[in-house]
Amino acid sequence: MMGKLTLSAIPYNIPIVMGAVAGMIIAAVTVLGLVTYFRLWGYLWKNWLTSVDHKKIGVMYIILALVMLLRGFADALMMRSQQALASNGGAGYLPPEHFDQVFTAHGVIMIFFMAMPFIVGLMNFVVPLQLGARDVAFPYINNMAFWLTVVGALLINISLAIGNFARTGWLAYPPLSELHYSPGVGVDYYLWALQIAGVGTLMGGVNFITTILKMRAPGMTMMKMPIFCWTALCANILIVASFPILTATLGMLALDRYLGMHFFTNSGGGNPMMYINLIWTWGHPEVYILILPCFGVFSEVIATFSRKPLFGYKSMVYATACITVLAFVVWLHHFFTMGSGANVNAFFGIATMVIAIPTGAKIFNWLFTMFRGQVEFSVPVLWTIGFMVTFTIGGMTGVLMAVPPADFVLHNSLFLIAHFHNVIIGGVVFGCMAGMNYWFPKAFGFKLDERLGKASFWCWIVGFYIAFMPLYALGMMGMTRRMDRVDNPVWHVYLIVAAGGALIIAAGIGLQILQIVYSIWKRVELRDLTGDPWNARTLEWATSSPPADYNFARTPDGSSIDAYWEAKRKGTAHPNPAASYRPIHMPSNTGTGIIVSGFAMAMGFALVWHIWWLAVASFAAIPVLIINHSFNENRSFYVPGDVVARTEAAASR
Amino acid sequence: MFHIPPLSDLFHMALLDPKGPIGADEKSLILLATGLMLLVVVPVIVLTLVFAWRYRAGQKGAFAATYMPEWSHSGRIEAVIWGVPCLIIAALAVVTWRSSHSLDPFRPLTLGNVKPVEVEVVSLDWKWLFIYPELKLASVNELVVPTNTPVEFRLTSASVMNSFFIPQLGSQIYTMTGMVTKLGLIASQPGVYRGISANYSGDGFSGMHFETHAVAPADFQAWVTKVRAHGGTLDGAAYYGLTQPSEDVPVSTYARVSPHVFAAALALCKSAQACQQEAEHGPMGGMHMAMNQTSSTAMPGMTMPAAAKQEH
Repeated sequence: MMGKLTLSAIPYNIPIVMGAVAGMIIAAVTVLGLVTYFRLWGYLWKNWLTSVDHKKIGVMYIILALVMLLRGFADALMMRSQQALASNGGAGYLPPEHFDQVFTAHGVIMIFFMAMPFIVGLMNFVVPLQLGARDVAFPYINNMAFWLTVVGALLINISLAIGNFARTGWLAYPPLSELHYSPGVGVDYYLWALQIAGVGTLMGGVNFITTILKMRAPGMTMMKMPIFCWTALCANILIVASFPILTATLGMLALDRYLGMHFFTNSGGGNPMMYINLIWTWGHPEVYILILPCFGVFSEVIATFSRKPLFGYKSMVYATACITVLAFVVWLHHFFTMGSGANVNAFFGIATMVIAIPTGAKIFNWLFTMFRGQVEFSVPVLWTIGFMVTFTIGGMTGVLMAVPPADFVLHNSLFLIAHFHNVIIGGVVFGCMAGMNYWFPKAFGFKLDERLGKASFWCWIVGFYIAFMPLYALGMMGMTRRMDRVDNPVWHVYLIVAAGGALIIAAGIGLQILQIVYSIWKRVELRDLTGDPWNARTLEWATSSPPADYNFARTPDGSSIDAYWEAKRKGTAHPNPAASYRPIHMPSNTGTGIIVSGFAMAMGFALVWHIWWLAVASFAAIPVLIINHSFNENRSFYVPGDVVARTEAAASR
Repeated sequence: MFHIPPLSDLFHMALLDPKGPIGADEKSLILLATGLMLLVVVPVIVLTLVFAWRYRAGQKGAFAATYMPEWSHSGRIEAVIWGVPCLIIAALAVVTWRSSHSLDPFRPLTLGNVKPVEVEVVSLDWKWLFIYPELKLASVNELVVPTNTPVEFRLTSASVMNSFFIPQLGSQIYTMTGMVTKLGLIASQPGVYRGISANYSGDGFSGMHFETHAVAPADFQAWVTKVRAHGGTLDGAAYYGLTQPSEDVPVSTYARVSPHVFAAALALCKSAQACQQEAEHGPMGGMHMAMNQTSSTAMPGMTMPAAAKQEH
């Protein structure tokens, strides 16, 4: 009846895990309790959980990302402290079977459930507004995509309390991830969490490509689109092209594990190298999926706060497109040491370096956007300048490792760890933080506190250098990654410094949370009534903050790159709000997305624990629900013109 | 207990202190590539800080910078910011192409007339087995090589993927089941160099390291004599014992080795009996002969016909 699941699956005997589980349960009970106490369930269900409004979905994505940032960062602190404690003969406090889960969970959570939701959240919130659209092309699918991502995150957190997580590293290389070497449920949690969330991501990709290609405001040709929309378009093209590869690869690994097949096994004609190739044909585009929209954020921020148009818009667009294409021809640089021939290695090495050219051009473009501008050191600008310096260093170490013989000694070392944190933190995290500070007033109608934002930035950037520069040195000293213990008094010193850096980053995260809480508290003082607190350039600032459900009372004109700036200059930015309005056609909210995701969750859990009846039943329920929804005729409504008029009059007061 | 190690140790970078020509080439490659890139990286970082400060908002008076609110394009600047990185990457590409070939791990090494030493390496859960096929002896978790002599490694894994890496000697290479990878290294100075697995392989991974003793050729002969005197036989059954998972395994040596232990490892023998049989007579009556033909241009997996991987 319950498959492999018994009470012994709960790790009662591991105090660290039980502590974390208790913390999670207390937090969840508190939140649910407060919602119940304040009778917010009806409001939440109607206005948020079932919402098809891209702005609300975007906000929910970012809340998910911030929550998972805390979980992933807790894992990071555990790793740094374990290595600091267990590098001078000590054993530390984490046995290998636990440490190995921690670094696996850290990687999976940070990439799939922190960085991805943050980026997708930003795109959700910003893209339709920048395009002058009312919503995304498929609002109901957008809602479902979000909830499927939540299911993946939940499954990973459940694995902490019931069973265990994978001990394979974040990409679960076979044969280690095959049944023979990983007989527990850890890899199964990994597989189903990523499969379910991956479906959500793919749906989002289709949605955004359609939205960007079909729903731009009149006059907005492709080369008039805000640069963030360009980067979002390219990132979503990468999603649609690469996530099916991930799904197929993990699907084959699941077949190996569940049905005794031999795609990647040691025996029976399987070939683990095939997995490694496939996973990186997804994995390398994945990092560009994360970084391209961040490039977009930095472009918007630097132009706005330099009070100048972005330098070299066209070259920025072509650079983005180049990176998109090249992202697919460099995957082999993740395993130069697998013994491919010199020609193959050299090809992929050179292809990788070529990416540095458009990326370098972008950095110069941002530089020359500041040139002869009036740069205002707001919080988003600090993140941007921090990014330009940090990312350049990370890019350099990346190109260094693209030289195959250099990689032969740097591969898998802490130098590699330092490199990719250098670009992921310095690029993606900084980009997310810049974006959050930049668009927060648009989403909520008040700004985030500047002082706390700056304090958070300085902690992050100082902490980053103290945490990761020692790792570059350790890599040069020959320390490899994923060691739960090592006996070396010299490395010990560096690892203690790195752990100190991680604590400074922790302070940065703390200040970030404080910044949000404090700003909500002080929301009246921080209120922005203009809808355009930064004197910005693109269409999302042309409407009120927060925007009405329908975004724009009148479809805006998109016929110049900085459409809103142009409108402000011409004096056409704010037409008479008292005029009459036409009714606006809007999509209705639907609970189908969250309910389907509930069944997907049951299915994933049942598959992990081999509870076959539940897996079959919940799998069958999903298409039934979706088909049922397709008969729902009541899926859109009109906001009457006089309601629009009242809303606009209220917003412009 | 915490004490600061001597400064000379604190800044000792293994990769910048290579003890053999492969490592030395890789070191100069790292320095060259870094130097080339710094040509762009330093100006970018400096300009970022300078521009941000020079063009900050709110300046007044004579030092206030010019503000050009509409300026957003310059063909000349575009040409430079695309052109200069192109030139640097072109230079790096040439370096990459050449070094990828000259430092290809599969490429046989020559050093005058010195006869190379062959070592067969098997990564096991969680230890390293080194077989010297010409000398017919073997060791676990200790590698002894003569200095100034090319060492030709042929490597495989009896369990999951690992990476064989002696940082101070140079290149690493993956070890994978059912496949042979190759690596050539030379130690030019006597010394003890740490060797590791550089690819996570499970719970015992952190203890999966070994010492590499690079010794003068005469001392190498002395070591061979000592191992032979010490006794011990690595037959198939003993090999099968080694395949069982164990952690932090101490050094051991074997004076005699059955002729086909490496082939048995390659064929993933699954029981003491099967290993014994294969180590003595070769897996599947000489199938290993086909496996020995490796080529540096093929993917490593191509070195092994799938049929040879059948379970016994």
